[in-house]
Amino acid sequence: MATPMLRWCCPGRRWIFAGIGGGSRHGRGVPTGSTSSGKKGQSSVAQQPLITAQKPRKGEREWAAVVGLEIHAQIASNSKLFSGSQVDFAAPPNSLVSFFDASLPGTLPVLNRRCVEAAVMTGLALDCHINRKSLFDRKHYFYADLPAGYQITQQRLPIAVNGSLAYSVCVGKRWSQMVTRTVGVKQIQLEQDSGKSLHDNLRSQTLIDLNRAGVGLLEVVLEPDMSCGEEAAAAVRELQLILQALGTSQANMAEGQLRVDANISVHHPGEPLGVRTEVKNLNSARFLAKAIDYEIQRQISELENGGKILNETRSFDYKLGCTVPMRDKEGKQDYRFMPEPNLPPLLLYDSGSLPTGADPQQVIDIDQLRERLPELPRVTREKLVRQYGMLPEHSFALLNEVGLLEFFQNVIKETRAEPKKVTSWVLNTFLGFLKQQNLAVSESPVTPSALAELLDLLDRKAISSSAAKQAQCVKTRKNSILIKGGLPPHLQPHLTVSGGRKVPGTQRTLTNKHPEG
Amino acid sequence: MWTRAVWLGLRAAAGGRRGFTSKADPQGSRQVTAELIEHLERLALVDFSSQEAVARLEKAIAFADRLRAMDTDGVEPKESVLEDRCLYLSSDNVVEGNCAEELLQNSHRGVEEYFVASPGNISWPKLDEKEPFSHH
Repeated sequence: MATPMLRWCCPGRRWIFAGIGGGSRHGRGVPTGSTSSGKKGQSSVAQQPLITAQKPRKGEREWAAVVGLEIHAQIASNSKLFSGSQVDFAAPPNSLVSFFDASLPGTLPVLNRRCVEAAVMTGLALDCHINRKSLFDRKHYFYADLPAGYQITQQRLPIAVNGSLAYSVCVGKRWSQMVTRTVGVKQIQLEQDSGKSLHDNLRSQTLIDLNRAGVGLLEVVLEPDMSCGEEAAAAVRELQLILQALGTSQANMAEGQLRVDANISVHHPGEPLGVRTEVKNLNSARFLAKAIDYEIQRQISELENGGKILNETRSFDYKLGCTVPMRDKEGKQDYRFMPEPNLPPLLLYDSGSLPTGADPQQVIDIDQLRERLPELPRVTREKLVRQYGMLPEHSFALLNEVGLLEFFQNVIKETRAEPKKVTSWVLNTFLGFLKQQNLAVSESPVTPSALAELLDLLDRKAISSSAAKQAQCVKTRKNSILIKGGLPPHLQPHLTVSGGRKVPGTQRTLTNKHPEG
Repeated sequence: MWTRAVWLGLRAAAGGRRGFTSKADPQGSRQVTAELIEHLERLALVDFSSQEAVARLEKAIAFADRLRAMDTDGVEPKESVLEDRCLYLSSDNVVEGNCAEELLQNSHRGVEEYFVASPGNISWPKLDEKEPFSHH
């Protein structure tokens, strides 16, 4: 994932305000104290007396940004968290809604076992402490897509706490300079998703579809250990890969299965934390880093110009590329949390504490889940480095593209060529080609077997490297022609063979192995 | 039913002992101010339109306050009357849904298969322009 490197970002985690719009003003005081305390993570600063600014160097006063994330991942389950209606992305409106989801009187929540397992597995993968007892609460607020008027969540005692997530970022200009960073996982909780609102501005009404109402969510709260958009994006990316490897969520941001809210503040290093704003609903991987960095810059500019940061909620306007205050949040929200009266505490067990004679369907054994945990991305990457001698950044690249790892492993199985050559070819020539043609790995007309054979020929020095590259391209450039069978004559001469000898096997191999299309 | 919910909310606001403190009134004032009324009305969408209603609220707070007379030092709070019960876990099967038509009968306005709501959030008139609360 080639994110453009920000000049100020990450190496020292310092931000230099690059004097946008005329540089610093004189008489700047200390950043103002916060207006209210934050709920999670960041502490607020007590009122500070204004001190006269030291003579600022032209536009160079260091800032440090603090970024915390709240990530909501839709659980990959057949039915919803508390009801038996189906979880599906595309279905006729309100067709996947049970009486409970519609909040009809007389209905009660029934906890879905699969969702609990998903939460425990995710907690284990993130090295969390799993709470043997966790509780459900109601979080009250009024919105048309929340028919009950409250959301069932886990505010007091969530299912998992105190974990960590390791991710990698590039430092410096070259992709190869990667460092591992860690962000604390404050907690993981189970909660309900809300329905969807479609705003019809023309007729001044909102259309409500409750298909999504009640779908199980994992809320993963990351501590404010990150300092810029790139780190946040990298952390989210790694979490996405973990969730996908576990199968607990498909974590597809485009389909709304992974949503991110960011808590952002800035301060001068050594001074107390600044007022934070919450940027909600960052639903695009592409814009995540951009939105966070914009907000950081906006706060810096605001403070440098003598303004104050309001403890408010903002959203990111993708078209304008900036954050804007959200209109609907008037004043402070009081969610009036109360225990969910219809659900007893959720009790989890391990092999040492399993109640005897209990129905296995009704009991969740954490140790059993731990044993069945799939291989995590971090481990897969370490294995690749050990087994094939590739560089860490190559292992990252292989896991970064859907299906690429499997493709690579299939090629390795069938080819005699050295793993390093295979790695290089797959990551450079093959992947570059796919990108150029805007194809996913699953859409690749080049099969692993075909590539394996091509690499064998290259290895035997039967064809030259450039010939091999062209052969790969030729195979797919004119797909329709290839379907008819065989390379057209005018394309065949492109296969220059070293020594000027035509190797009969070469052409036959390529024509026989052309894709079905 | 909402009365009890208001009680619980107020206890939390006034007591501030548990995790659910109201940010608007952390220490808990014995006085029920107009500001507090307005805040509660906006949060819970209930109507305290008359002085009688406010008086009833003050009596309710006083009644609940009697709980403070108990010494609960060192006593673990009881979270739920269900704490001895087993939380039933259902298997992950699709057994409900597919009743859009039936559900939509409940709303008197619909567009195709969608429920219809007014745009934005539920609005509440300002204190000076208040009218009797009408149920939709």
